[in-house]
Amino acid sequence: MAQDDNSGTELAAADSSDHGHGTAHAVGTAVVARDAVQNPGFPPHRPRVTDLDPKKEKNAERAVYTLFYLSIVGSVWAIAAYMAFPIVPEDIASVRANNLFIGLGLALALLALGIGAVHWGKALMHAEEGIDERHPVRGTVETRARAIEIFDEANQESGFGRRSLIRNSLIGALIAFPLPAVVLFRGLAPENQNPVDLLKHTMWEAGDKLARDPSGVPIKAADVTVGSVFHVIPEKLASVGHTEGYLEEKAKAIVLLMRLKPEDLVEDEDRKAWSYDGIVAYSKVCTHVGCPVALYEQQTHHLLCPCHQSQFDVTNHCAVIFGPAARPLPQLPIAVDDEGYLVAQSDFKEPVGPSFWERH
Amino acid sequence: MNTVTAPAEPTTPTPTKKSGGFTATASNYIDERTSISTAVKELGRKIFPDHWSFLLGEVALYSFVIILLSGTFLTFFFQASMAEVHYEGSYVPLKGIEMSAAMASTLDISFDVRGGLLMRQVHHWAALLFVASIGLHMLRIFFTGAFRKPRELNWVIGFVLFILAMAEGFTGYSLPDDLLSGNGLRIIDGMVKGIPVIGTWTSFLLFGGEFPGTDIVGRLYSLHILLLPAIILVLIALHLLFVVVHKHTQFSGPGRTQQNVVGYPILPVYAAKAGGFFFIVFGVVMLIASLFTINPVWNYGPYDPSPVSAGTQPDWYIGFADGVLRLAPSNWDIVLFDHTFSFGILIPLAVVGLFIVLVLIYPFIEGWITGDKREHHILDRPRNAATRTAIGSAGVTFYAVLWAAASSDIIATHFKVTMEGVIHTLQVLLFVGPVLAYFIAKRTCLALQKKDRSIALHGYESGRIVRLPGGEYIEVHEPVDEYERWNLVGHESYQPLMIRPNSRGRITVAQRTRAALSRWFFEDRIDPVTQGELESSHDHH
Repeated sequence: MAQDDNSGTELAAADSSDHGHGTAHAVGTAVVARDAVQNPGFPPHRPRVTDLDPKKEKNAERAVYTLFYLSIVGSVWAIAAYMAFPIVPEDIASVRANNLFIGLGLALALLALGIGAVHWGKALMHAEEGIDERHPVRGTVETRARAIEIFDEANQESGFGRRSLIRNSLIGALIAFPLPAVVLFRGLAPENQNPVDLLKHTMWEAGDKLARDPSGVPIKAADVTVGSVFHVIPEKLASVGHTEGYLEEKAKAIVLLMRLKPEDLVEDEDRKAWSYDGIVAYSKVCTHVGCPVALYEQQTHHLLCPCHQSQFDVTNHCAVIFGPAARPLPQLPIAVDDEGYLVAQSDFKEPVGPSFWERH
Repeated sequence: MNTVTAPAEPTTPTPTKKSGGFTATASNYIDERTSISTAVKELGRKIFPDHWSFLLGEVALYSFVIILLSGTFLTFFFQASMAEVHYEGSYVPLKGIEMSAAMASTLDISFDVRGGLLMRQVHHWAALLFVASIGLHMLRIFFTGAFRKPRELNWVIGFVLFILAMAEGFTGYSLPDDLLSGNGLRIIDGMVKGIPVIGTWTSFLLFGGEFPGTDIVGRLYSLHILLLPAIILVLIALHLLFVVVHKHTQFSGPGRTQQNVVGYPILPVYAAKAGGFFFIVFGVVMLIASLFTINPVWNYGPYDPSPVSAGTQPDWYIGFADGVLRLAPSNWDIVLFDHTFSFGILIPLAVVGLFIVLVLIYPFIEGWITGDKREHHILDRPRNAATRTAIGSAGVTFYAVLWAAASSDIIATHFKVTMEGVIHTLQVLLFVGPVLAYFIAKRTCLALQKKDRSIALHGYESGRIVRLPGGEYIEVHEPVDEYERWNLVGHESYQPLMIRPNSRGRITVAQRTRAALSRWFFEDRIDPVTQGELESSHDHH
């Protein structure tokens, strides 16, 4: 393909960046003009003030060593500050002073050292630029030939190409040997659990009292006034220890409880029995990627997820009305027990939280 | 290495070396055991060209060193465990609260270890600087064409480092197990679950069971302090090795050619400047860390799946990935063959993935279009590669829109506009913005090229108006000197590829594609000034 590229007749040869390494490289569609302007070469060197004026040179020298001494001062300061500004337990101001004064000392030590070194390099060290010659990155023709020869010799001496059974079985063995390591990673998750079953259920069961999050106090239907919102957990969550999956259960079971005027609710026929006198309970786990849908807009009856701004319409079974969420929030069927407490009728009727492959 | 110093060095009569002396003995001892003199001979006077933009990569390197130093300190105090403890440290508002050992030890580092908060803040600020400087360094490389042969592979290495830096950032951000980082992990969990076929199990394996589990902090810690830094170290070593092998690129300038590299030798000037610059970067990070709080986890409290506050933001470098999620339309779940396809997550992931892949392979695309197989050591001025600059501008705009989307709620509350308005605007901008940026950048580049041409040929406007004897007023143009002019004319241009049949008389699809892309790239072009044009313009004056 490359030979087709030199289509223009005005093209000269590629610039000879090869220094006798053999092949000239294709210029592609670059236009190499024959009468391109020639590089004028280096401009005359311009001396610095420190080269011309011994007084300035002396000043620069003074500046550099002063900075280095200042750096020492900074280091000593930092050590002194470590001792002079200890952290007093329960005193937040002492933490701030400790942070500030150690930090300022260290910053002085580092900045003075750095600025001093750079100033030394720029103002005092030999100022004329040097030149290195470049060579093509590829090896020389001889080097490459020798490399090929070495591979040939190795091939001859080992019979790698000739003994194809050895070669192929070796490749097979090399592919197979890391596989056990991959299998070992199965141990990352518990052996006796199926994630799909776990994701499809929460700890809510018929008769579980709805309780306030985080206090765990059960909620009476009478406490829920129109327009109010409650962050809810199952009352029995309190009996789950941290090592027994408290956070895991809580992450699925959190619920938002709201009371609207019954006439504001547009309810499906088969879900009318899931609410109680305008009180509705919905999963607080966003169906997008699982953030808690914590913000309730009382006037519009919209729930807002603060992570990606999905909005759900509480009056309409929490249908998604804006944002990236994929599905309505699942509803928790609720009822009132003999003592007037709100209880769950059952678990959610569908998996809560983000979508997953086996969800349907 | 044949380093030629341009003018003769001042030759001072060197006194014959005394044998002995501690330095000489020690040097001899080491050289006889390591052959270190070879390395000094090869590298000691190696030339590095100077330009402020070459410092961006140095900033990245130095921030990584700062991160290693401060991070090592933190490992001595941090407990990567999610075991439940009651906090009994100095920070009164959280006393007695249940939290993980990770969170408690983070608080201890902040409030009970002298200088601990400082090191935490140094670590976090340096991490932000690390990602930022890599990003800017990559933009410099892109817009100056430094990724061209022979440096394509080094571009790939650098880009992988950028991704790894973000991974380091995210894993580190998650370690304190505070409310914000826990929510970040929750989002990752939700995204992972959206992946078809393997999503559910991947999440299950990652978290050691159901989210959040008690394993994730320990696992992220292994990644954060062992695996990722090891890979980054190896890649940085490789990255720098290639810089030595290729020798650094340089900007065009009088005396600078594709065959030389002009600048200062490592010893002493470059060592002083680069070494000094390390301390300056460290000093600036230290100053910021001593003056400005970052990631005050004590304000957020320990992770709990239930509470969350409005206006939550990821660290800025993850913003583009969070923003793309926010821009997806509603209700994009589809059930097919009894399985759930979460397109609301998959499409954004695919968009970001495609963007990343395009950036990764850009050097190969451009190399294929130009067909230019020569080595390029002279950097392009961005204006002289108009289409590339325009593509880069479009890419930056695309990224910027995603990034802005990550703060959609903050934008809405600060500017008192509706959330829906912000999102819809950004959705439109995601497609329109890059196109606009492309055309603006391209036209600007071409206009600047024309200006360069005119200055090279006719000089610059001196501001001096002269009335000619005939009554005509003209502005006198002063010619530029030949060194300045070289900066304006010393580049090449490319022309569109002409389609030709190959050796078998066919025009392949690949050939057609390449020709179309080539036309797109090089149709609008302005030739650099030639010697002939220069001479004829002189004749006119």
